[in-house]
Amino acid sequence: MTGTRARTVVEAAPPVIAIALISAAALALEILLMRLFSITLWHHFAYMIISLALLGYGASGALLTLAQSAVQQRFAPLFCAAAAAFGVSAIGSFVLAQRVPFNPLEILWNPRQPAYLLAVYLLLALPFLCAGACVCMAFSRWRGIVSRIYSFDILGAGAGSLAIVGLLFVLSPQDALRLIGALGFAAAAVAWLECGRPRRWPAAVLMAIAGLPFLLPGSWVAPVMSPYKGLSQTLQIPQARVVEERSSPLGLVSVVESPGTPLRYAPGLSLNATAEPPPQLGVFVDGEGMSALTRFDGRRESLAHLGQMTSALPYHLLRQPRVLVLGAGAGADVLQAHYHGARQVDAVELNPQVVDIVRRQFATYAGGIYSGDADSDLARTVRVHVAEARGFVAASKQRYDLIHVALLDSSSASSAGLYALSENYLYTVQALQDDLRHLERGGLLAITRWVTLPPRDALKLFAAAVMALERSGVADPASRLALVRSWQTSTLLVKNGAFSSEDIVSIKAFCTERSFDVAFYPGMKAQEANRYNVVAPPDLFDGATALLGPGRDEFLQSYKFQIAPATDDEPHFFHFFKWRSLPELLSLKEQGGLPLLEWGYPVLVATFAQAVLASLLLIAAPAAWVTWAGARRPASVLPAGLRRRVLVYFSAIGVAFMFIEIAFIQKFVLFLSHPLYAVAVVLFSFLLFAGIGSAASKRWHDGSAPVLRHAELTVVAAIALSAALCLSLLPWLFQNAVALPGPLRIVISAALIAPLAFFMGTPFPMGLARVEAGDSRLVPLAWAVNGCASVTGAVLATLLAIHFGFTAVVVAALVLYAVAATSRP
Amino acid sequence: MFEGERAFDSFDARPTEEMDTHRHTLPHHRDCASVVAASLLSTFLAAQSAVAQDFAAERRRMVEDITAVVRETRAEIGRSAFDERVMSVLARVPRHEFVPADQVASAYRNRPLPIGYGQTISQPYIVALMTDLARTEPDHKVLEVGTGSGYQAAVMAHLAKAVYTIEIVEPLGLQAAQRLKTLGYTNVQVRVGDGYNGWDEHAPYDVILVTAAASHIPPPLLRQLKAGGRMVIPVGAAFMVQQLMLVEKNFDGTVSTRQILPVTFVPLTGKR
Repeated sequence: MTGTRARTVVEAAPPVIAIALISAAALALEILLMRLFSITLWHHFAYMIISLALLGYGASGALLTLAQSAVQQRFAPLFCAAAAAFGVSAIGSFVLAQRVPFNPLEILWNPRQPAYLLAVYLLLALPFLCAGACVCMAFSRWRGIVSRIYSFDILGAGAGSLAIVGLLFVLSPQDALRLIGALGFAAAAVAWLECGRPRRWPAAVLMAIAGLPFLLPGSWVAPVMSPYKGLSQTLQIPQARVVEERSSPLGLVSVVESPGTPLRYAPGLSLNATAEPPPQLGVFVDGEGMSALTRFDGRRESLAHLGQMTSALPYHLLRQPRVLVLGAGAGADVLQAHYHGARQVDAVELNPQVVDIVRRQFATYAGGIYSGDADSDLARTVRVHVAEARGFVAASKQRYDLIHVALLDSSSASSAGLYALSENYLYTVQALQDDLRHLERGGLLAITRWVTLPPRDALKLFAAAVMALERSGVADPASRLALVRSWQTSTLLVKNGAFSSEDIVSIKAFCTERSFDVAFYPGMKAQEANRYNVVAPPDLFDGATALLGPGRDEFLQSYKFQIAPATDDEPHFFHFFKWRSLPELLSLKEQGGLPLLEWGYPVLVATFAQAVLASLLLIAAPAAWVTWAGARRPASVLPAGLRRRVLVYFSAIGVAFMFIEIAFIQKFVLFLSHPLYAVAVVLFSFLLFAGIGSAASKRWHDGSAPVLRHAELTVVAAIALSAALCLSLLPWLFQNAVALPGPLRIVISAALIAPLAFFMGTPFPMGLARVEAGDSRLVPLAWAVNGCASVTGAVLATLLAIHFGFTAVVVAALVLYAVAATSRP
Repeated sequence: MFEGERAFDSFDARPTEEMDTHRHTLPHHRDCASVVAASLLSTFLAAQSAVAQDFAAERRRMVEDITAVVRETRAEIGRSAFDERVMSVLARVPRHEFVPADQVASAYRNRPLPIGYGQTISQPYIVALMTDLARTEPDHKVLEVGTGSGYQAAVMAHLAKAVYTIEIVEPLGLQAAQRLKTLGYTNVQVRVGDGYNGWDEHAPYDVILVTAAASHIPPPLLRQLKAGGRMVIPVGAAFMVQQLMLVEKNFDGTVSTRQILPVTFVPLTGKR
C-alpha cells in the first residue's frame, strides 16, 4: 500500500465536474440511441437500450472490483482514459453496430440474426461500461465523499436526459452523437485539471481531440435506415430523391419527390376505380408510414380517387359534416373531407414540422390546405392543430359530425408485426370512449385499418368499439356499428345513435359500386358477407357477430390471436401473439407461416435471453469470483443464510425498480404526448429523486438497531402508497391537464414521480449498509446481483406488460418489494 | 412515357436441359496447349461439375420439401398437390444462379433471401404456390411487374409462350436481364421502368404477377388482363408474404378477388 500513499497525494479533489459531464453524456446517449433506433429500424427499442446501458454500468462495477489497487494508484490517468474511451466508443460503437447486418425481419429465417442482435447489444453497451467505470472509480477512490460524487453524478445524468431532448430540436441525431462523443474527451480534460495534475498539456490535447468528432465524415455517423423501410424502398425508384429533411425528437421527417414515376399512393383503392391519384410527394416520419402530400390545383374532380376508398364511407351517410381528422399528416384525409363537401375540418397532427412543410414550404403545391388563406374555399374551412390526438380530444369542448382516425402506419410494417411492441393510444377502449363523447347526435366515428389475414386488426378494433359502447352505457352496441372492407383496408363506423334503414341502404350501395364487402351492419345476413373479396372463414362478419353475441368471451379465448381490446393499460394494439399458438406458428415456418408471428416478439424474447446471459457473464461471474476468492482467505466461511438473503433481496429490489420505471415510462407516454419525452422525463425524475432518497436514507441506518427494525417495511408501504397515488391521479390529470403547455406537464410529471422515486431510492443503500455490517465480503455480490436484476428487469417488464398490462407490472414490483422486505440481509 | 425504360432483345436458345453445366462451358483460350494448364482446367471442370450435381441434388430436396408442405396445406389452398408441370419446372430452374454470391449456400432452402436493394427472392414454396395459382398454359402470355432476381420469370418462361417482366430498380433489372440471357431464356423480355401502366404493346395478358409493392392494384393492369385471366399478388413486407391475392377477371368484365393464406392455420380452435 506504500505506492498508494505515494500517489494519492497528487489528486486534491474528486473530479466532480467531469463526473457530471460524463453522466450527462451517458444519459443523453441512452436517449439518443432510442431516437437512432427509431430511424434505422421500426421501434424505439427503449427496453433494450435501458437494459444495455445498465449492463455497461453493472459490468464496469464488476470488472473494477478486480482492479481495485490499480484504481487507487493511478486514479487520474485511468479516469481520463475511461472518459476518453467513452468518447471513442459512443461514436465508434454506433458506427460499428451499423455495420452489423442485423435485420429483424429475418430473425426467424436466418440463424445468424440472433447473434447479430447480441453483437449490437454488446457493442452498444461499451460506452456505458466506460462511463460506469468513471463513476465507479471515483466512488472507490474517494470513499469518504461518496455522497458529493453521487450528487454530481445524478445532477449530470438528469441534466443530460433532459438536455438531449432540447438538443434534438436543433441538432440532427448524428450531430448530437458527435457532441456526446466530444463530451467524453472534454470530461477527460476537465478531470485532468480537477485532479490537479502538475502538467497541463494532456488536458489541452484532450480538448483538441474533443473537436475531432465534428470532423468525421457525415456518412460514417449518419444513421443508416433499413433497406426494407418504406423510405428506402421509395428511394429505389429512379430519380426519386429527398427534397426536404427535418429532424426533431418527434422524428425525422423526409419529403420525397419522384419526378420520373408518380408515387400514386391510394391505399385500398377500389378495383373498379379508373381515376389515378394526382401527383404526390411522399412524407415519411422516421422512414415509415408514408403520408401523401397531394398536389391540389383547386379542382375538386382531381381528387376523385379519394372517393374510391373504404375510408370515404362516412361521407355517404353525412351531409356537409363538421369533421375532426386525427393524425392528419400531410393532409390526404383533409382533402378527402374537402372532396366530400365537409363544411369544416379540424386537422390534428402531432409533428409541427410536418405541418410546417405543408403549410409553408409546399403551400402552393398542397393548394394551401394548411395555410388558412381567406381567399381559398378549402383553406377557409380547414383549421390545423399541432397536438397529440388523444390530448386534443380530451381537452376539446367541440362536438363533431365525423371523427376520422387516419391510417398512418404502413401496410407492410403493420402486416409484418413491426409495431408489435409499440404502444398506440388511438385504438384503445378509452380512446374510443373519448371520441364518442365528442360526436354530435347521429355523428360518426370512422377508423380505417389494413386488412390482415386471418383477421386481427379489424376484429381487435371492433372488440374495442363494442366495449367502448358498453362502457358508455349503450344497451345495444350492434345497432351502432358498421364495418366494410376492400381486399386491403377495412373501415369501421361507430355511430352516436342507431343506424337507420336509409343509412344501411347507403352503406350497401357504396360497397356495391366499389366492389367492397359489407362485413357488418345491424341486421346483416351471413350470405351478404364475403362476396367480392373472398377469404376463408372466419371472415370479419363471423368475427363481428361473435364479438357481439353471448359467446364473446369464448370467441376471444379460442381465437388463436390476441384480439381482446387494447386499453390504456395494455396499449399494444399491434400485439396479436398468444403463447399458446407459438408451436403451431413455428411449425408453419416452411409454409410461409412466419408472417403470422410478429417479429417484434421474437426480438424481445431474444433480447431477454441475451440480457440474462450477458449480465450473468459480465456482472455476476466477476463478482462471484471475487466473493469466492475472498472467502478462501483464512478468515472464515461465508454465512450461507446471509448469502441467500443477499441474493433474494438485491435481485428483488433490482427487478422491482426497473418494473416500475419501465411501467411509468409507458404510463406517461400519453400525458407527455410522445415516447421519447416520456423516457426523458421519467428517467430524469427517477434518477433525481431516487438519488435524493438514497442520500436521505443514510440517516435511517447509522447502525443503531432500533431505527432499523421496521425501516424496510415502512419503505415498502410508502412505495406502494405513492405508486397507487400516482396511478390513480394520472387518468384524472390526463383528462384535465393534458392541454397545459409541455414544460408545465413535465414539471407535473416530475412532481408526481418524486415521492415514489424518493422511497424507491432507499432499499438499495439500506440493504448495502446491512451487508457491510454483516459481512462486507458480500458487498460486491450485492452490487452484482442488483445489476443483473436491473438489466434483465428492464426487458422482462416489457415482456410482461404486453401480456398483462402495465398496472400488473407495477403490482408485481410491489410484491417484489414486499418479498425483499421480508428477506432483508 | 417511361423514364429510363429499356427493352431487351430476345435471347437465343430456349432452355431445355439441366442448366448448371451450361454456364461452366469453357471460354475459348488461344494458348491452352500447356499440359499443366489443361490438367488444372480439367480439375477445375471436375470440381465444377461436382458442384453442379450438388445443386441438382439440393434442388430435388427443395422440390420434395415443397411437395411435403403442399400435402399439409391442402385444406387451405384447396388441393393436395401442385400442378406437376410447376413442380418439374422448379426441379429444373437453377435457383442458385438467381441469388447473390453470399447466399448461394442457402439458395435451395425453403426460405426467402435478400438480393440487395431492399428486395428479396421469395421462398420457393411461395413461388410454387403463386405459379400454381396462375394456372399458366403453354400458349399464355405473362406479364410480371417486379422482376427482382428474375427467378419467377424464369419459372414462368418454362410454362408460358412469352414472359414480359418490368423492374423499376435499374441495377436489379439489368442484372436479371443479363442472367436470363446467359441462362438462355429466349422467351423472356425484361424492361427497366415503371410497371404501373403495364406493358401495353403485348396486352392483353392471360396471367399477371405483381410482386412489386403497391398501395393498390393499378387500374391499367386490370385493363390489360384478359377476360378469364388471373392476376396473382403476394401481399406483405419483405421476407413476410402474408397472403396471396388472386384477382380474377370475369367474362362480363367484373373483377373478383380471393385472398389466400399460404398456410393451414385456422384462427379458431375447436369448432371449425
